[in-house]
Amino acid sequence: MSQPVILYPNKPEKVYLFGTCLVDLFYPEAGLAGVDLLEREGIEVIYPQDQTCCGQPAYTSGRSDEARAVAKTQLDLFPEDWPVVVPSGSCAGMMRHQYPKLFEGTEDADRALKLARRVWDLADFLVNVCQIQLTDTGEPTTIALHTSCSSRREMGVADSGPALLRQLNNVTLVEPAKVAECCGFGGSFAVRHADISGAMATDKVAALTQTGCDRFLSTDCGCLMNLAGVAKKQKMALPGEHLLSFLWHRSQPNREA
Amino acid sequence: MPQTLQQSHNSAINFQPQVKSALANTQLRGNFDRAMTGLMHKRTMAFADWDLEALRDLGQAIRQQSLRQLPDLLEQLERQCQANGIQVHWARDGDEACQVVTEICQQRQAKTVIKGKSMVTEEMELNAHLEQRGYTVLESDLGEYIVQMAKETPSHIIMPAIHKNTAEIAELMHTMTGVEQREDAHYLTDQARQQLREKFMQADVGISGVNFAVADSGTLCLVENEGNGRLTTTTPPCHIAVTGIEKVVPSLTDVAPLLSLLTRSATGQSITTYVNMISRPRQPDEKDGPEAVHLVLVDNGRSDIYQDEELAETLQCIRCGACMNHCPVYTRIGGHAYGTTYPGPIGQVLMPQLLGLEQTPDFASASSLCGSCGEVCPVRIPLPSLLLRLRREAVDGDRTRASTVPGHGSKRSNLESLIWAVWRLVHRRPGLYRLTTRLASQLRALSPKRLGGWTRYRSAPKLAKTTLHSAMNNRSKRQQP
Ligand code: SF4
Repeated sequence: MSQPVILYPNKPEKVYLFGTCLVDLFYPEAGLAGVDLLEREGIEVIYPQDQTCCGQPAYTSGRSDEARAVAKTQLDLFPEDWPVVVPSGSCAGMMRHQYPKLFEGTEDADRALKLARRVWDLADFLVNVCQIQLTDTGEPTTIALHTSCSSRREMGVADSGPALLRQLNNVTLVEPAKVAECCGFGGSFAVRHADISGAMATDKVAALTQTGCDRFLSTDCGCLMNLAGVAKKQKMALPGEHLLSFLWHRSQPNREA
Repeated sequence: MPQTLQQSHNSAINFQPQVKSALANTQLRGNFDRAMTGLMHKRTMAFADWDLEALRDLGQAIRQQSLRQLPDLLEQLERQCQANGIQVHWARDGDEACQVVTEICQQRQAKTVIKGKSMVTEEMELNAHLEQRGYTVLESDLGEYIVQMAKETPSHIIMPAIHKNTAEIAELMHTMTGVEQREDAHYLTDQARQQLREKFMQADVGISGVNFAVADSGTLCLVENEGNGRLTTTTPPCHIAVTGIEKVVPSLTDVAPLLSLLTRSATGQSITTYVNMISRPRQPDEKDGPEAVHLVLVDNGRSDIYQDEELAETLQCIRCGACMNHCPVYTRIGGHAYGTTYPGPIGQVLMPQLLGLEQTPDFASASSLCGSCGEVCPVRIPLPSLLLRLRREAVDGDRTRASTVPGHGSKRSNLESLIWAVWRLVHRRPGLYRLTTRLASQLRALSPKRLGGWTRYRSAPKLAKTTLHSAMNNRSKRQQP
């Protein structure tokens, strides 16, 4: 089947935030920036405190039972019919596209499918549901964006990052060579096949550096951690930041004043 | 140097060390990077004016329909071929197929065999089999010719010698055949052609593969760019076509869309220089062509794969190679590191099913699941989903369960099961999860600086001072005092 057209909902009053475990532990400021951006759009953000992990690590390791057990506890957390926004492409992809497969043929199949349809990538949600308008209050800067493979190929939202960044007048967006190529993260792949993953990540960091950007952004914490980790180990001046943190910081009024 | 890899399939493939040496070989990596980048670009250009997604839908539908009717189509193919005068043979596995070919060669009292490119004969290790029995076997596809000269195996299913650059080929041909060592692709091609021309005339048997076998007309389609395929199938008095049983399609009308997809996906060509349609041996009123044509239909594990509805999608493959051209793993390690006939994503999906998961323990996991292969596959094989399926098979807890995948459950270890049990426990109890993660961030100064393979290339990630859970908790307290 060809890629289906994505049908976006109208802008809601409330949304649920599924923060993801990597944001929770390593990039909470990205989650908070997402909340700030949504609230500024007049949307109330509900953060269910009982959320843990979407189950992806087990799922991609072939451990379906464990993945299903953990995913099942997430199914209970979003009782109202509000959208569930996720600040990470791969976790959004897990919930939107893999949950229906994971629960297929189980008693939770229907619930999983209903939840899946409500799951959105947060950046995409800002663009296509909130139709956000950003005003740049920052100094001129050059930015490279690394779109995760999940955002690009699984979620099909590769356009949302550039759409957001292009609203910022002082931001020059540059594109690295082989922009669509994977950064080599891939969860357990980075550990099981550390040498291949390392080679991919090293190439991606080189491509990003060659753009001459001041920093690179991503919406996926896995990619971010991977690439920032390589850059740091190689002592390269290539800071990385979550797209949402960057957007929030740059679009606050009178930040400099 | 790229190693010679005639894997003995009784022992597990030594993937990790092969990967290490491939990654350390900058020449090899450069060769693959350049070649694959070029091929990706050519493919994009070739489909620029097409509704690619609609064409892929059609390609997928044709292949799925063909597989649904596979048993009937194979019988029809046999009948039609026989009616056309093509002799049809069935082979359960590679050894049986080799035997069939040998017997035909014996009957014809052949000495010299010339071959066109055929991956299924690589799978059967036909060359070694024939050579052991005293036949002279010569590969006529330029890539295969080079690989044979270097005593290697193909590193790519479409471009067997893509791991070598012109300089390496010049040196090889100079050493092996005495031609001038010139880094000039045209010169080298000319030299190879001259050498091969003579051999075609002397060959007793020509062996080729098949791209599509058409059931209702008994036609064997074969695409190629060098004309060697046409010579192989027409010059020697006997032609043996060898194919996997999955290559059958219902009728000639199905071939056109598949051809459009195949050549564009493979090399970015609208059409190959030669498209051979073989339907019968030479007729009394014809001046050329072989007096005998044989078709060998090889199963070799395919009908087992066919039993599993999901994994049967593997058999949709039309062997275009696009999945490897676009694979960031293949591009970096090259085809030889896999140590199997089929490398890259399709190899990672197919080989564990043919050889078993014990023999290919690293295949399903050697992917970041980036999705590039699935995105380009002209017949929409969901390669990432199939890799996931094989990962599930590998750690399957019930080894007595009937499965079409040999060696299912072989990667399940007690230690890993324990780790996943703990992971599951923590992530199913929100209170416990919050406690553990809060503790972890409070003790972040103690977090390890070295994390196995991760920190070989990266600094260890740093936990944040507070978790998002805590931050959101504080925030809601502030907002609702
Ligand atoms: S799996 Fe798809 S992309 Fe790969 S060789 Fe087969 S047809 Fe081509």
